[in-house]
Amino acid sequence: MKRYLIFLLMWVFCFPVLAHSEEAWDRVQKTGELRWGGDAAGGAPYVFPDADQPDNLIGFEIDLVEALAKKLGVQAKFVSVQWDQLVPALLRDDFDAVFNGLEVTQDRLAAIDFSIPYYFFSEQITVRAENNAIRTFNDLHGKKVGTLSATLAHKILEDDGNITAVGYPSPVEAYRDLEIGRLDAVFMDVPIAAFYAAGNPKLKNLSDLAGEGIYAAGVRKDSPQLKMKINEALIQLIQSGELKEIYLKWNMWNEKQDKLADPKQWDVKRAHEKNPVMKFSKLLLLGAGMTLILSFLSMAIAVIVGSAICAGKLYGNFFVRAVCNVYVEVVRGTPLLIQLYLLYYGLPNLGIQLPAFAAAVLGLGFNYAAYEAEIYRAGLLSLPKGQEEAARSLGMTGWQAHRFVLVPQAVRTILPPSTNDFIALFKDTSLVSIITVMELTRAYTTAATTTYRFLELGLATAALYFLMSFPLSLWSRRMENQKHASVH
Amino acid sequence: MLPYIKIKNLGKSYGKNEIIRDLSLDINSGEVIVFKGPSGIGKSTLLRSLTYLEPFQKGSIEVGKYVLNANLDRRKERETIRAVRTQLGFVFQFFNLFPHLTVIENLTLAPIQVLRKSKEEALEDAQKLLKKVGLEEKANFHPEQLSGGQRQRVGIARALAMKPKAILFDEPTSSLDPEMKGEIVRAMSDLASEGMTMLIVTHEPAVVEGIASRIVSFGAGLEVLSDTAR
Repeated sequence: MKRYLIFLLMWVFCFPVLAHSEEAWDRVQKTGELRWGGDAAGGAPYVFPDADQPDNLIGFEIDLVEALAKKLGVQAKFVSVQWDQLVPALLRDDFDAVFNGLEVTQDRLAAIDFSIPYYFFSEQITVRAENNAIRTFNDLHGKKVGTLSATLAHKILEDDGNITAVGYPSPVEAYRDLEIGRLDAVFMDVPIAAFYAAGNPKLKNLSDLAGEGIYAAGVRKDSPQLKMKINEALIQLIQSGELKEIYLKWNMWNEKQDKLADPKQWDVKRAHEKNPVMKFSKLLLLGAGMTLILSFLSMAIAVIVGSAICAGKLYGNFFVRAVCNVYVEVVRGTPLLIQLYLLYYGLPNLGIQLPAFAAAVLGLGFNYAAYEAEIYRAGLLSLPKGQEEAARSLGMTGWQAHRFVLVPQAVRTILPPSTNDFIALFKDTSLVSIITVMELTRAYTTAATTTYRFLELGLATAALYFLMSFPLSLWSRRMENQKHASVH
Repeated sequence: MLPYIKIKNLGKSYGKNEIIRDLSLDINSGEVIVFKGPSGIGKSTLLRSLTYLEPFQKGSIEVGKYVLNANLDRRKERETIRAVRTQLGFVFQFFNLFPHLTVIENLTLAPIQVLRKSKEEALEDAQKLLKKVGLEEKANFHPEQLSGGQRQRVGIARALAMKPKAILFDEPTSSLDPEMKGEIVRAMSDLASEGMTMLIVTHEPAVVEGIASRIVSFGAGLEVLSDTAR
């Protein structure tokens, strides 16, 4: 009787949890499929497309999970999401486990559980081959150092406080920017550096390694069974030497990995580092400031260049008109994101190297110039023909007619759509985060992927955007009303 | 005395549509000449050709010492064109006042910018002209606050502010209500009595009967059907 009661109580207490989500292991068994998450665009040697056969994914984690699934008697099914979204996607039940160089950190332990370690990594400092000034981590002080966004390496750099950390979405761009001198060093996990930098004669990996961390499989806290099964399989792979074989194949084996066989190292909860108290409100406010500066500078460029293009389209000779037409059509017909990529990562191939901020301002400015030009042109063409004729018959030059008669009138028509464009530009500044500019959206992703407080920080960020754009909307509407009031 | 405006073998067409076939006409200083003829025949086009608002393909137009030839290069001849325009004031059927400027600013803009008058001088002249057309109390109004007749009087004053040697009127009363035509006719009559050279395209009997010193009737292709002095 007593045993039944306890059983019943357990059932009652556990029910809400069970009702929300079944134990992942049960489903894995039922479907015969282990869904695991990683970022196929995150780079080598983790999970990446085979250069010879791009639809085929390879990487040490592909090998690892295949071997592990075989031990569990199930099929491995890979699901790709952006790296900094892996934990939220796991929590959303997009897959059962994460195997993707996911470092065990205190922040992550608060959100998810980890298996036993499957790799011990350090952080590798990479510099240009001719650079002898940087030898240790402390030499990075005051330097510009690239790393992957939202990784442990990123956090180590930011926690130091004296290093300008530049976050990249994937390793290739970071090593490239180091090569061409935009960065002083790159700071990434050893496996990445071994893959990307070791074979590059222009770069060198320092022997002084910094930090130490653990890669382990991430699972939801409501899946202790699955975690246990993964642990059992990993132990088998370690003890049989299969894991070592995988690491040897990928040139990742070193003496540190001997610790894998030591059960004392298996408790990942001991492996923690200082939990940084990042001032997220400050980060967001700085990002908002950058967003404002970007918006105003690029709009200034858009207005100046847009006016020039408009003049070219209306009054240029055949050649000038053709050039302006092609410019407007090409700029409007291609995504801003691609244009930014070309400006920042593409131009160095031609020997033109823009700093990220300059590339952002120019990219946004010259893009919106095309839209502005069309607005101005429409504004000027909408004026009654008699206005120019009256100005001309009073003896004014073309310039005077525009300066004193046509443009002041066109401005009334131009201002509302132009203000709307400015609001759009203001929101489009979020795109420049891909070329490493720390504006509001990037500040948000940085903060949110560290804390997993996507909702609160997202609302705060949206509120900041809104607070900045709403006055503009109001102003735009006022201009619109004035315009309607003044037309006869 | 040499004629002030000499139109020689003027020809103009829009594509294949020939508007002015072969027009020669001399206009002396002090003449008040009315152009008559069916609507749409090209009388307005003639006025607009005189200030080169419309280019023409044949013949030439002389205004004082300036000559505009057919098919001229606008860029090269722009100073000549501008000189002709400052000599010939233009009053439009639909006024074409500058809506973003006040009445007084409509009058002073070109004298300041084109004739390089000082602001004070331009203002003084403009106030005199407004008084002359009876609108001195409307100086700081915007065109949209004025009646049609008042707007056209501002249009005349604006043309006069450039101190032109002649004024071209393109149907100056035809977009006005009948009760407002009188004030324009009066203003034109005042100008005529001061000896202003005037070229007028109009059907307004009061103008034709009251102030014309010469009436030219046109037929198709702007052929001169009759040319009578009064």
